[in-house]
Parts: sequence; structure tokens; C-alpha cells
Amino acid sequence: MLNRISTYFYQRPKLVLALFLAPPMLYMLVVYLGSLFSLLINGFYSIDDFTGIIVREFTMRTYTQVFNITNREIVFRTATMALVVTIVDALIAFPLAYYIAKFASPRLKTWLLIAVTIPLWSSYLVRVYAWKLILAKEGILSWFINLFNLTGALEWLLGLPGIGGSSLSLSPIGMFIVFVYIWLPYMIIPIQTALERVPGSLLEASSDLGARPSQTFRTVILPLAFPGVVAGSIFTFSLTLGDFIIPLTLGNSKFFIGQAVYSYQGTGGNIPLAAAMTMGPVVIMVLYLLIARRLGAFDAI
Amino acid sequence: MPSKSSDTRPRASWGLKLAAFGTLLFLHFPMWIIFLYTFTPDETTYTFPLPGFTTKWFGVALQRADLWRSLTLSLQVASVATAAALILGTFAAAAVYRSNFFGRESISFLLLLPIALPGIVTGIALRTAIGGLDIPFSFWTIVIGHATFCVVVVYNNVLARFRRTNATMIEASMDLGANSFQTFRHVVLPNIATALLAGGMLAFALSFDEVIVTTFTAGQQTTLPIWIFSQLSRPRDRPVTNVVATIVILITFLPIFIAQKISAGSSETEGETK
Repeated sequence: MLNRISTYFYQRPKLVLALFLAPPMLYMLVVYLGSLFSLLINGFYSIDDFTGIIVREFTMRTYTQVFNITNREIVFRTATMALVVTIVDALIAFPLAYYIAKFASPRLKTWLLIAVTIPLWSSYLVRVYAWKLILAKEGILSWFINLFNLTGALEWLLGLPGIGGSSLSLSPIGMFIVFVYIWLPYMIIPIQTALERVPGSLLEASSDLGARPSQTFRTVILPLAFPGVVAGSIFTFSLTLGDFIIPLTLGNSKFFIGQAVYSYQGTGGNIPLAAAMTMGPVVIMVLYLLIARRLGAFDAI
Repeated sequence: MPSKSSDTRPRASWGLKLAAFGTLLFLHFPMWIIFLYTFTPDETTYTFPLPGFTTKWFGVALQRADLWRSLTLSLQVASVATAAALILGTFAAAAVYRSNFFGRESISFLLLLPIALPGIVTGIALRTAIGGLDIPFSFWTIVIGHATFCVVVVYNNVLARFRRTNATMIEASMDLGANSFQTFRHVVLPNIATALLAGGMLAFALSFDEVIVTTFTAGQQTTLPIWIFSQLSRPRDRPVTNVVATIVILITFLPIFIAQKISAGSSETEGETK
């Protein structure tokens, strides 16, 4: 009996393919793309200002609201943070990625890669929480700052308009530190992968042809590592753009996109506006992905 | 005179070594801080240096019924979501590996989408869909949300393994008289077993820890991450949160470590993109 069934399927590879494909594709198409579609549609609904009930009629009102001055500021603030976090992450990630790819012995390399990936997969919330402990006013960082008599410098930094706050754990600076920390592994691994593909013979050729190590680094290694940087930036940028945990934990009353969506949806009960607002990151990310593809990032992931 | 391979591996300068290991330290020390704070007797602040040493908070946390409920719920959600991801991910990987059909690339892209787009997009999208269909928020809506982004992890791992498996082994098995089911049972399954294990463990860790999508797809249910999240913005039970954070690190560390060992041991680059 089993043999008969087996033969039946063996002679119909297309049927087997369809049977394999159907469950995952149905799931992703119906549940995921269906939801994304419903998200798009919900942005065209609006909320009745008096009753707070969602009016399911087509209107452009909600999408227009996204472009009001408050929301424009929120999008701009979030995109700026995402950009700065991405640049700083690339600068911090590079030396470690370079060391792993080009200098570490194979044994050490395995361990270093595990050391980089463990934070990547381990609890994101717990790692944010750790920074709450570190940055707290009475916490470990303040203690060190006191030890080195840098309290004045810290107060000056926190006094800066726009990025300052009452303490590190409640300021855009603190938020920036945590963002940089949380997404760092996402930057290290693509850069390391890109550098790994640079053949050693190419570097030898460069030095044989008379380039100094710094010249080889600038003209050979950096350009070849760049697609890796772009690949990593997709993650750091996208994740910063949509995050609401870190702004809610360390931020102040100046909203970020994720935070705004969260509060429109939750306390505001305004799902149409939350949906319309979410299209912001979606559009920004689609543009970003298109540029990234032109820069060759997809070969480096 | 340049000799072969590893001998020519250049020596890193002290500056580079310092930067590299400094970054590594930066990545890991926050977790150690949590372990440290688990033992603080201080109940209301995060004073450093710790004013003393106590282990009583472990006992206090053990007594908390709400924590146990959240932990159980999270473990259940992660198990079911992982099971769904294992099935769907393996099916998709098998289909993509078997044949070269039109739209193969778009399948990888579609599966990757839930983790490439910000989590809040997936979350609010599912919320509008579930709300629009008047489905009550429950255990199952959480699982449905988690499965969307867990599938790709299993898919990546299994597909990478399929690509390194020798197709002639399957042919040989069939030539020697085994039917498709026997071939699957005795040839394919043993081959992809560790990839399933690695993918499954990463999917489990991903689901166990997920908070952004869960905030939008859970009704009254409180998963462990949602409990921790409520403590982040309005800390009420600081000492208990420290214990919970430590437990979460311990629960997720082992599967991640094993999964990484499996993939690093076979020099695959799977599981890189979360």
C-alpha cells in the first residue's frame, strides 16, 4: 500500500511540489500578506471624533493626519536616531569584524562568532533591562563617573537641549547608547561575512605592488567591506525605526514612531491612525532596501 | 617569502586587538550586571556598589503565582510556534530545494519579510486583521503571530543543510528498493536532524523572548516578556524582575549555545539573520 502511494507521488513531481509548497505559502499569503493588506486598508478608515468608533468608509483624512507637524517631527526624529545609530554601529563593529575575519585563528574564530551571536539571539528585553540598571542615576555608570570626577561633564551633556534629560536612563543620549548596544551584533556579522570573502591573495597582490598596509586597507579592504556595512545597516536602521520598547523605557515625552503607533493604538484606541503611521517605516524601509540592493548589500547577507 | 595559508595570517596590531576585545566586552558585560543585581538587598533603587548580599529574592520570585503563569504561557506559546515553524519551514525548504520553479526567489523574500520589516509593522498589521475579522484575542492569536517570523529561521537552516546533502544518496536509497517514506525516514531525516534541532532551538528562543508583536496579538494574556516589559516602564518589583531576567538568560542561553555549536561545527553560516 505504502509502496503504491509512494510510486504514485514519485511519478507526479509537480503534485509533490504543490503539496510541499501549499502549507507554508498559504500561511504566509493569507496570514501575513493578508494582514499587511488589512493594515493598508485600515489607514483609509477614520475614527469618529465624538464617539471614538472606527468609521469603515474610505477617506484620505487619516493619511493626511500622518503628515501634520507633530507626526512629521516624530518621523524626522526617529529617522535621525536610526541614521546616527547605524553610523556609530558601523564604526564600532568594524574592528571586531575585521579581527574575526582576517586575524583570528580558526579555533578562536569559532568562539568569537559564538560570542557575537549569543547576544544577538538572547533576550532583547533583558538586555534593555540591563541598561536600565547600568544607566540609573544611582547605578554603576554614575559610580564610575564619580570615581573619575567626571560628574561635571555628565551634567553638561545632560544639560544639552534636545538630547539631554534628567538622568542618563531618561534621555535621548541613554536611548542612543542602548540602541547602539542592542543592534551591534546585526552589524558585526554582515561585515565579517563580507571581509571573509576578500581573498588573502588580493591583499598580498596589493602589497606586492607596493601599497603600504594603510593604502591596502583604504583602497582594497574598505570598498570590499562596504556591501557588508550596507547589509548590516538594513537591520540597525529598520529595527531602530520600529522599536517602541527602548523609547518607552528610556525616552521622554518626545515620541518616536513606534511609541506613537503604540499609544495611538493603545490608549488612543485610534487603530486607523496607528495603521497609517506604520506605513511610514514601511515606505522608508522599501526605499532603503531598493538603494541597498543597488549597493550590493544582498550578496553580503 | 610568502608561504601557504595560515602561516601568512598577519598579526593584528595591539590597537586592533584592544578595539576588538573591547567591543566583545561591551557586548557581554550588561548580562553580568544582571547576575550581580540579583543578589542586591536593595528593593527600591539600583544602587551601586550593592549595599549587601542576599539570595532571598529567588525564594520570593518562586512564590509568585503570576510569574509562573506567565512563564508557563511563554513556554507553551514558544513550543507550539516552534512546532508550526518546523513543519512549515521544512516544507518550504524541501520545495525550494527540489525544483527550480518560477518565483523561487520570492518565496525566500516572503519568508524573510516578517523579520526584515520592523516588528511593529507585523504586530499592528495582525491586530487590524484579527480585529477586522472579529476573532477574539487568545493564546492562538499569539501563536499565529510568532509562527510568521519563526518559519524563516527553520527554513534557512534546513535549506542550507539540503544544499550540502548529496542528492545521489536519495537516488541510491530509491534504487535499492526503498519507497519515498522509507527514504525519508532512513536517509533524509537523519541528514537534516541537526539542522532541524538548530533551527527549532533558535525559533524557540525567538518566540520565547518576543514582545513587540505579542503586545498587539495578545488579549488579556501576559507572556513573560510582556510581564518584563511592564516592569521596564513602571518598575514595581525590581528585585523579582532581576531574578526573572536571570532566569530568562539561563533558559535562552543553552538552546542558543547548542544551536550555534551545531552550525559553527558544520561551518554553515545559517542563523545569521535574525
